[in-house]
Amino acid sequence: MSLKSNLHNLKEKYKGTKMAPAFNALHTFLYLPNEITHSGTHIKAADDLKRTMNTVIMAMVPCLIFGMFNAGYQHHLALGTIESAQGFLGASFWTWDNLVIGMWKVLPLVVVSYGVGLAIEFLFAVIKGHEVEEGYLVTGMLVPLIVPIDLPLWMLAVAVAFGVVIGKEVFGGTGMNILNPALTIRAFLFFAYPTWMSGDKVWVHGAVERAGTADAISGETILGSYAQNNSVIYDYWDMFWGIIPGSVGETSKLLIILGALFLIFTKIGSWRIIVSTLIGALAMGLIFNGVVDAGWISSSSKFFGLMSVPFWQHLIIGSILFGAVFMATDPVTAAQTNKGKWIYGFLIGFISIMIRVFNPAYPEGVFLAILLMNVFAPTIDHYVVQGNVKKRMKRLNVKTA
Amino acid sequence: MGLLSKKDAKLITDPLADNNPITIQVLGICSALAITAELKASLVMGIAVLFVLGIGNVVISLMRNIIPSKIRIIVQLIVVASLVIIVDQVLKAYAYELSKTLSVFVGLIITNCIIMGRFEAFALGNGPWKAFLDGIGNALGYAVILLVVGFFRELLGSGTLFGIPVLGDPIEKTGLYSTGYENNGFMLMPPMALIIVGLIIWVQRSRNTTLIED
Repeated sequence: MSLKSNLHNLKEKYKGTKMAPAFNALHTFLYLPNEITHSGTHIKAADDLKRTMNTVIMAMVPCLIFGMFNAGYQHHLALGTIESAQGFLGASFWTWDNLVIGMWKVLPLVVVSYGVGLAIEFLFAVIKGHEVEEGYLVTGMLVPLIVPIDLPLWMLAVAVAFGVVIGKEVFGGTGMNILNPALTIRAFLFFAYPTWMSGDKVWVHGAVERAGTADAISGETILGSYAQNNSVIYDYWDMFWGIIPGSVGETSKLLIILGALFLIFTKIGSWRIIVSTLIGALAMGLIFNGVVDAGWISSSSKFFGLMSVPFWQHLIIGSILFGAVFMATDPVTAAQTNKGKWIYGFLIGFISIMIRVFNPAYPEGVFLAILLMNVFAPTIDHYVVQGNVKKRMKRLNVKTA
Repeated sequence: MGLLSKKDAKLITDPLADNNPITIQVLGICSALAITAELKASLVMGIAVLFVLGIGNVVISLMRNIIPSKIRIIVQLIVVASLVIIVDQVLKAYAYELSKTLSVFVGLIITNCIIMGRFEAFALGNGPWKAFLDGIGNALGYAVILLVVGFFRELLGSGTLFGIPVLGDPIEKTGLYSTGYENNGFMLMPPMALIIVGLIIWVQRSRNTTLIED
């Protein structure tokens, strides 16, 4: 008796009870059920919801592992116990010490995110009597990647509960949500506990508890430095490799690009959204550069630092790339039509950079821009479809006339 | 209630639950979102609406046979505006700080849909006693929701109730704060009031499924 048939027998046993949906979810998580379809279609595609979700998770795992190393590296570097790593393969980066600190801080985030989120999913599945939906698999992985390393776990738990219930379950669960649940969770954290989500203390492990003491260490992000018109100590390659302070999993542009290629290759992520988001960001960056070049803004302005960032550099600082690849492409909340995807992505990039530059309290706006466009995605689709209908009606009239 | 007949009692109890002006009719949402960050403000707002709606309903009901129907909205506005000015002046005289917190929202009681709604729907067609009970009932229904929302927002957002710290001191880190608990800043923003009202609606309708509209 293999595990698979054991599970099948158990499933027969639990059939019809309240626990059935919860059990079925565990069963079908890894195995195909033994029974076959009795009616309707018998065509089976390999890329069902679980396969889709698992593909996205695979694309994110490198970012997570890199995030662990980076967490430890930034901590040790700020303490001054190690040399700065020169480049991606630097000797002081890929060390056991760094990984241990990273795992110690990041794995609890992952566990809490999945634990709380899946518990709520199971609860709702049992109450409503439907199968557990897989939507949380990706959300649960995204959440630890987009929060600061030292975020208290209870805050994360509260935010996950809020995000899953208010962001998703009240709309009817996976596939019905208007807002991206992972970003809803981040937005909740940002507005509820701003001191833990922004500033120069939260991005490096240990900086918060040392603040105000003689051992104080700084963990200013690049955007934070620019926003205060300070000079930036990292070079462009550091930003690209990702050995900079930031949220856990969004620093390494290289691994995000690899993940993006993987998602595009497997046709899970929409390349139209990714490309148009980047175009939108570049366009806004160019406009700001133009403003600076034309001399419309003086160097004493508080926006000068971020406005004078070369337009292409906006792509490798902050989380615009991570947002474009893993957040904006969420098939549920994004626009559905091809033309709509171009508009949707472009506006995300455009608004992201605009918020990034103009937001005085918090120099990053990718999550706000994506949430905003999530709300407008159905409207965009509506007008794209109506436009198409009108065009075809015109063609019909020309033919019949 | 021995004083009231069954039918009259229903005028008061109905708006408290199954016909609540906020959660069922979804009226008066604007002020419910704006002023419920503190329990004290919620309470005063509830009392103000109780006063305006209770008296306003009686006045309109007494005049219902002499108001020409073409200009009835103007007449209603004059009645409610006079009452609101009384409330506003009393607040300014005896609770100046609070009147500053409530700011423009006292004046905006004039445009509170609950009040015009009750004038139109009830006071114009019923006698003064019934209109009075209806006004009291609806204002209480409004106040109850305000107090519930205000309770959660002030407790979770500031850690206080009526301005008295109940969870300890967030700066000295005493009480609950010594465990690492922090106030939820989101609770102080109006969107959270909307979400709490939404949750109340959710709970209410899942307890009484006949309230669910198609």
